[in-house]
Amino acid sequence: MFDYQARRHFVDRMMVFLCGAAAFIALVPLGSLLWFVILQGIKRMGTPGILVAITVSLVLLALPYMIYKYLKHLPYLAYPLAFLAGLWVLGLLGQLWKVASQIDWKDMGFFIHTPTPVGVPGGGMGNAILGTLTLVAIASCVGLPIGILAGVYLSEFGKKGKFAWAVRFTADVLSGVPSIVTGIVAYTLIVKPMHHFSAVAGGVALGFMMIPITTRTTEELVKMVPHSIREASWALGVPQWKTILLIVIRTAKNGILTGVLLSIARIAGETAPLLFTAFNNQFWPTGINQPTASLTVQVFTYAISPFEDWHDQAWTGALVLLLLVLAVNMAAKLLFKNPRQLLR
Amino acid sequence: MGPMIEEMDEKVKKTGAKVESKPGESRKIEVVHQEPSGEVKPVKMRAAQVCAWFGGKQALFSVNMDIFEREVTAIIGPSGCGKSTLIRCFNRMHETVPGSRFGGTILLDRENIYDPKVDPVAVRRRVGMVFQKPTPFPTLSIYDNVAIGLRLNGTRDKKTLDEVVEKSLRKAALWEEVKDGLHRAGAGLSGGQQQRLCIARSLAVDLEVLLMDEPCSALDPISTSKIEDLIHELRQNYTIIIVTHNMQQAARVSQKTAFMLNGKLIEYDATEKVFTNPTNKLTEDYITGRFG
Repeated sequence: MFDYQARRHFVDRMMVFLCGAAAFIALVPLGSLLWFVILQGIKRMGTPGILVAITVSLVLLALPYMIYKYLKHLPYLAYPLAFLAGLWVLGLLGQLWKVASQIDWKDMGFFIHTPTPVGVPGGGMGNAILGTLTLVAIASCVGLPIGILAGVYLSEFGKKGKFAWAVRFTADVLSGVPSIVTGIVAYTLIVKPMHHFSAVAGGVALGFMMIPITTRTTEELVKMVPHSIREASWALGVPQWKTILLIVIRTAKNGILTGVLLSIARIAGETAPLLFTAFNNQFWPTGINQPTASLTVQVFTYAISPFEDWHDQAWTGALVLLLLVLAVNMAAKLLFKNPRQLLR
Repeated sequence: MGPMIEEMDEKVKKTGAKVESKPGESRKIEVVHQEPSGEVKPVKMRAAQVCAWFGGKQALFSVNMDIFEREVTAIIGPSGCGKSTLIRCFNRMHETVPGSRFGGTILLDRENIYDPKVDPVAVRRRVGMVFQKPTPFPTLSIYDNVAIGLRLNGTRDKKTLDEVVEKSLRKAALWEEVKDGLHRAGAGLSGGQQQRLCIARSLAVDLEVLLMDEPCSALDPISTSKIEDLIHELRQNYTIIIVTHNMQQAARVSQKTAFMLNGKLIEYDATEKVFTNPTNKLTEDYITGRFG
């Protein structure tokens, strides 16, 4: 007698295993990317490098323990797997600390110095880091007010009507435009009339990219504010504009902040628009009207060069950029713990 | 369970509403409490030939009603009969619905609030509203919730705000419960407390008329009875119009009752009369539970 139930059980378990395996495989590219960048990047990072190495070590050491806890109810599986994971982690840690032992942990040169000519030791990417922060700041000044107010318009006044539809459609299309196209447009609009590259042009190009993301996020968030809050405000005799600015936006502010942080994380990592707008600069910036270095463009320049020392610096630059973007994304996730938290 | 039942019994004895039901018979509601007769109160609001539409669909058909000052007027009727629409016309909230239309006149102290020269925002400061679902503003503390109406209309003086907040919370019978935690989040209170907070918020704006759209339907019986007590107290200073789908509540709380059906005002009279000796057969059918 063929045991249908046993076969069904087997198929069920098989599906769980397959989906779990797929999920695990999805982690592999991210894990290996992080690992590679960290391993190569901490060489020139100085004190923060040691801190990164310590944090990564702690996380890796926690891994076998997590596996053990997760599979505790299957002891014949838990112990061997945890043991194997432990061995693998030890191998990784060995590699990591072999690299880390070569770091001069007092050397903050990467963050303080500007690039030096090839062959001269002790260069850094201090100006590039400052440049990225400057460009993001300028982009925020351009992109955030327009994006947030447009989002408020779309959700409060633009429920029907062709104009609102056109704005929404444009925002959706713009968010998919390749960033290099935005760069070329900014070049034509700003760099050519000004006759020189500048941080302003770079910031504006990045701001153009920020607008559609911020608009759509703000619109979704403001729509999530319950209509009863607006009605309660009107019933108190508060005029419409005050209701929107002071009650609705205040209620949605956590969510809007999340959207802002996500768009900042996105544009901080853009290279293509900066190639023809902010170009690059080997010295500290003295104003926003001159070409400005940025982490992304500097990494690009160094990575395609033939010099070993510059390759090392490019890895470190990539690691710093990665950590920056990760930090901003984490901050956004912390504010966004669950959808109800958005309205607190 | 014991104390709660006794409390409810006290309440029933106070207002004199008795609910009798013998097996097999539909419930009858007797209201024994009598207003001192002969006392005529001035008319606070008058609705004349009020019609309202949502898009193409007409919701109110020529409603005529007088609301008397410092009285509680209840509007009862089955779901969808237009009670909420009517009450929202009284403070010009109906027009906030896109596609809505209004016809007729509503007078507040003999001024037409639908006159084109009248600012709806000014009307809403005199005629406030409490909704079915308590909606304290989630990001504000209790103090800020009550003060928000004043703050957004320009009052900045901290001393005035403190006074008004305390006065409103006392009037809403919430002061004793929250006075130690005024800066806690408004949304952390229980349902009944939140509803009383919303009432306090409306009272802070110095109203003349308070509209209540099914204020107790989302609350438990204890909170409901507390809010009904509150309505009894507020009646001495404010005119109250309450929409309720709970007939017993209308009998407990109001002096005048209006019965609506399908957008038309069927009967409007003193509560005792409507519940004991209604003129219209439809009213009697609804009261005795034959439909609705």
